[in-house]
Amino acid sequence: MLSQESLAQIERELTKYPTDKRQAAVMSALRIAQAEKGWLSKETIAYVAEYLGIPAIAALEVASFYNMYELEPVGKYKITVCTNISCMLRDSDVIVDHLNKCLGIGFNETTADGKFTLKEGECMGCCGGAPLFHINNTKMHEYLTPEKVDAILKELE
Amino acid sequence: MSVIQLTPHPKETLVTLRTIAESNPASIETYIKLGGYAQLKRLVTEKVKATDVISQVKVSGLRGRGGAGFPTGLKWSFMPRYYDGTKYLVCNTDEGEPGTFKDRDIIRYNPHQLIEGMAIAAYTLGARVGYNYIHGEIWQDYEIFEAALDEARKAGYLGENLFGTDFSFDLFAVHGYGAYICGEETALIESIEGKKGQPRFKPPFPASYGVFGKPTNVNNTESYASIPWILQHGGQAFQDLGVPNSGGPKIFSVSGHVEKPGNYEVRMGLPFSELLDMAGGVWKGRQLKAVIPGGPSTAVMPAAAIMAANMDYDSLSKAGSSLGAGSMIVMDETTCMVKALKRLSYFFFEESCGQCTPCREGTGWLYRVVKRIVEGQGKMEDLALLTDVSSNISGRTICALGDAAATPVLSFIKHFRPEFEYYIQHGKSMVDGK
Repeated sequence: MLSQESLAQIERELTKYPTDKRQAAVMSALRIAQAEKGWLSKETIAYVAEYLGIPAIAALEVASFYNMYELEPVGKYKITVCTNISCMLRDSDVIVDHLNKCLGIGFNETTADGKFTLKEGECMGCCGGAPLFHINNTKMHEYLTPEKVDAILKELE
Repeated sequence: MSVIQLTPHPKETLVTLRTIAESNPASIETYIKLGGYAQLKRLVTEKVKATDVISQVKVSGLRGRGGAGFPTGLKWSFMPRYYDGTKYLVCNTDEGEPGTFKDRDIIRYNPHQLIEGMAIAAYTLGARVGYNYIHGEIWQDYEIFEAALDEARKAGYLGENLFGTDFSFDLFAVHGYGAYICGEETALIESIEGKKGQPRFKPPFPASYGVFGKPTNVNNTESYASIPWILQHGGQAFQDLGVPNSGGPKIFSVSGHVEKPGNYEVRMGLPFSELLDMAGGVWKGRQLKAVIPGGPSTAVMPAAAIMAANMDYDSLSKAGSSLGAGSMIVMDETTCMVKALKRLSYFFFEESCGQCTPCREGTGWLYRVVKRIVEGQGKMEDLALLTDVSSNISGRTICALGDAAATPVLSFIKHFRPEFEYYIQHGKSMVDGK
């Protein structure tokens, strides 16, 4: 269900914990699975749970508790915009409006071509660089302006 | 991996960010060039007694930099000295309190000072394994820290039998994935164990029952990163960089309506007005309206009160708020406090872990009432209702998130009541007319 490369990454995470504490690796194992599959289906979650030797419900609890895991399919590029206080004070609403206009979607929606999903995020701990968003949970873009957003979107194939 | 080169402000006192002016700040070569890892080597090879290290940390006046301000040396003395099994060390780099972004700069600009600080703590407390739990959103910075760990292992500062002694310490990076509550130390421990981040009852405290049920010491990133400097220069030198009861310098994260948002590591006790100047002042030539001095779980302060305050624990507490994590959120005269409160209330509602009824239900209640005021459906009784709900959350939950959710509501209404009344009466904001 997961590629050899993903499994190798999960094995590397497992070395961080005592051998009888495989559940501890579930946070990173779900992240790795999501990076490969794009989102976490019930089957993927159950597979991760079985691989770690923990009940499926234990993995599902984690996948549904932390908001960077996706339990529904998302676009190729998931853009998560912070709108919390420090970003709000630096006009994150202008960035959100601009994204709404450029992509033709609102929060929790995906473009018809499956390319972009827009999400609203909570504080990302980078408030000095507000306004900001991250793409696919990995790449942070700070000090955003509508022009900068245009350039970033243009880069994404 | 490259990061933006920073230019420190001339008035900064760089301790935990002391590599930032260097051309390759995060590398092990840079850190060693500045005297890095010498303290770890000295303590371990000279077999300096743990009690001597702890007494220096106590003299330094270092208080927990994650927000609670608990004396670090005292916390260290809670760890059992003799324990037949593995003791753990945990670093809390799970910054999710809005306005807080200091630990991110430590792990991406000066990761080795954190590693050395943790290794010194491990030596002192007898911990065999450590975890640095990093906010999931800052993935690139997580990778920088992972790379630094590899460098430290290869250079012989982490691993087995360090410096040819019987001291061994393994340190690993682990990550959150979008849950503010994991900044609470017992929720963080649950998360390390691969569970939902729901806080545990205390006692037992982590020092007796922490990661995998073993004795665990949890400190903030900036606290650990202060340790090598304290041991290099002595506890008293660190204390002398601050004021009584607030030892050392501290990183203040300044965000919101200033010309130059960013981190400023300055001596404790600095007047807020000077810090504001360092951050370029209020942006666009506007007037200051209010500041949240330590993240939204600390009370908002009107301009006059904060302009008269100094950046230390006692001064801010006397002024009716607290230092928290030093997360200064600056708001100018165009800020609508009702709308700002709505966003903060939504945050606490969204991030409540759902374990305690007063918080799970109360945060939703607070948000819905503020929201209906912003939507023009508010009633004058709503202000009393908000105060009542807040008071019924405070002190009735396992962790501090409930109190944190109540604080902005109570302090915003206390200091900006006419704005709330106007909004209810007119169905629009007194500030922006919308």
